[in-house]
Amino acid sequence: MYRYDSFDREFVRNRVAQFRQQVERRIDGSLTEEEFKPLRLMNGLYLQLHAYMLRVAIPYGTLDSRQMRQLARIAERWDKGYGHFTTRQNVQFNWPRLKDVPDILDALADVEMHAIQTSGNCVRNVTADHFAGAAADEIADPRPTAELLRQWSTDHPEFAFLPRKFKIAVSGSPVDRAVTRAHDIGIRIVRNGAGEIGYEVSVGGGLGRTPVIGTVIRDFLPEGDLLPYVESILQVYNAIGRRDNKFKARIKITVGEHGIEAFRQRVEERFRIQRRAFEGADRARFEDIRTMFAAPAYIEAPTGAFDAALARDPAFRSFVDTNLHPHRNPDYAIVTVSLKAHGATPGDATAEQMRVIADLAERYGHDEIRISHEQNCILPHVHRRDVPAVHAALREANLATANVGLASDIIACPGMDYCNLATARSIPIAQGIATRVKERGDERQVGDLKIKISGCVNACGHHHVGHIGILGLDRAGAENYQITLGGDGTETAALGERTGPGFASDDVVPAVDRLIDTYLELRSDEDEAFLATYRRVGMQPFKAALYPDAALATGG
Amino acid sequence: MARAFRPCVLTANDLFDGDVVYLAPDGAWTRRPGGARLFEDEAEANRSLAAAEAQEDVIVGPYLAAAAPGGRQGPEPVHVREVLRAAGPSNYCHGKQAGS
Repeated sequence: MYRYDSFDREFVRNRVAQFRQQVERRIDGSLTEEEFKPLRLMNGLYLQLHAYMLRVAIPYGTLDSRQMRQLARIAERWDKGYGHFTTRQNVQFNWPRLKDVPDILDALADVEMHAIQTSGNCVRNVTADHFAGAAADEIADPRPTAELLRQWSTDHPEFAFLPRKFKIAVSGSPVDRAVTRAHDIGIRIVRNGAGEIGYEVSVGGGLGRTPVIGTVIRDFLPEGDLLPYVESILQVYNAIGRRDNKFKARIKITVGEHGIEAFRQRVEERFRIQRRAFEGADRARFEDIRTMFAAPAYIEAPTGAFDAALARDPAFRSFVDTNLHPHRNPDYAIVTVSLKAHGATPGDATAEQMRVIADLAERYGHDEIRISHEQNCILPHVHRRDVPAVHAALREANLATANVGLASDIIACPGMDYCNLATARSIPIAQGIATRVKERGDERQVGDLKIKISGCVNACGHHHVGHIGILGLDRAGAENYQITLGGDGTETAALGERTGPGFASDDVVPAVDRLIDTYLELRSDEDEAFLATYRRVGMQPFKAALYPDAALATGG
Repeated sequence: MARAFRPCVLTANDLFDGDVVYLAPDGAWTRRPGGARLFEDEAEANRSLAAAEAQEDVIVGPYLAAAAPGGRQGPEPVHVREVLRAAGPSNYCHGKQAGS
């Protein structure tokens, strides 16, 4: 993985020292809150409902054991013993005290981490496929591209005050596990007819109050043109993006108002100039970065222990069914560690659990860990012979829940339990659904079902692209939840369609229960997943199940 | 039409740890929701809010939040957001509720 050079180290340390002084000046009264707020946000420090919250970037979701142990130490020393992994591959600490934050940032800098650009109208943490560098179906590892973008965008003076925040995601496989089409810029590594590797670039995607699936602006961009092209998009957006209305400031609105063709033309005009300005340093840097993401030295060993455990242990079989994915080395597996024990807070890990994951990564996983936008942890390189030992250790730590991709593997934003922007809670709804799913006992029969919950229109819980999406709103001081169906965050991206009137908080779990029952009744066979059934039969039968009284009234 | 005034408390977050605080009848800031002063007069509430806005050496983001008189336990929050701020997150017992 990427290691900081002297420039990175000095930059991060200087920012911590600078912020330490800013905190001191806020505490001694030299800075007003109005002056201090933009400074703290530039360093990832928010003020939420009950406390400050520090959002720490995990670039493209990649960590090693040393970094994970440091997150555990921070959670114990300066927080309440846990961290919350988010849909943007960040980790959030919910309870830091203001005066401690510079010390936390120093502790992060000790392990080459920071909280810079995790807030504000700048290019945010660049996200990537969480199976990067390991997936069997991968064309190329997206992390060198993401790292190049991280270096280019960090403290980029031209893009420090964009009209609005800017999110970039990179995927390296035909299967889009990075939700690229829901990002301001989505980058998919592709091969052209000549077998050359390049990028399909989409622009203007995003969820939030105005959800839009991104449009392809270039179907094949040569690898060496990445930075001048992305910079051209940012320059056009910076120049013509709206600054008069916060709700119309994202690039999706800019693209929508100007039209993709006019926007593309402006980008291409800019690109002709920009391409000459980049004189090859970017490409040389990319090659340097790429060497740091070399595949680990794979072990050659028999996999008999894996097969024996599979034959002997039904719990292990269940775990393998859902939590393992094909690795590009057939003797290896990608192991997903679910942070979604039934009834738990999605994405939360205790300091002890973080240490268990760090230990397993170090002992069995070539010291690599990933965080997924689905709020799980991943050990991307585990030899199959070691999977039984990993599973046993995860069971001890209550981390072996075999539910990845199933109904209880729910994405949920922090919602009104923590977030200052939220209009309703997300976590208790996720807990209720997961608990109900466990009671039903048919989660494995139900199969692939992505439920995503947001506690406000900003859609941090990605509800628009959930097979079942749930959006919490405030209705006259009470929580109320809208349901959408048919959303899809993959390469066949689609926005969910709203079912009808919202549900009171107590009625959401029974509503999801009825949706699952309806799917089971309607599916053509056990292999037809929820989304496929929905696409085949449409909204009506699900609507009838959700609103039985309305169906009776209309004879439907 | 202007919204009718409702009884309220004056609340903010503590500058140093972000904890939810309320203006008490003695003019100090308390972390106990029930210890808040209940404003039943709009002009008085607005005067106190203006005074609180000048106290950013100890608090951040003061505002008036609707509240009910409650019983012996003091004022009670009305809106679900304020219920959560008064109690702490509902997923763990680790906010204000852990100390009560």
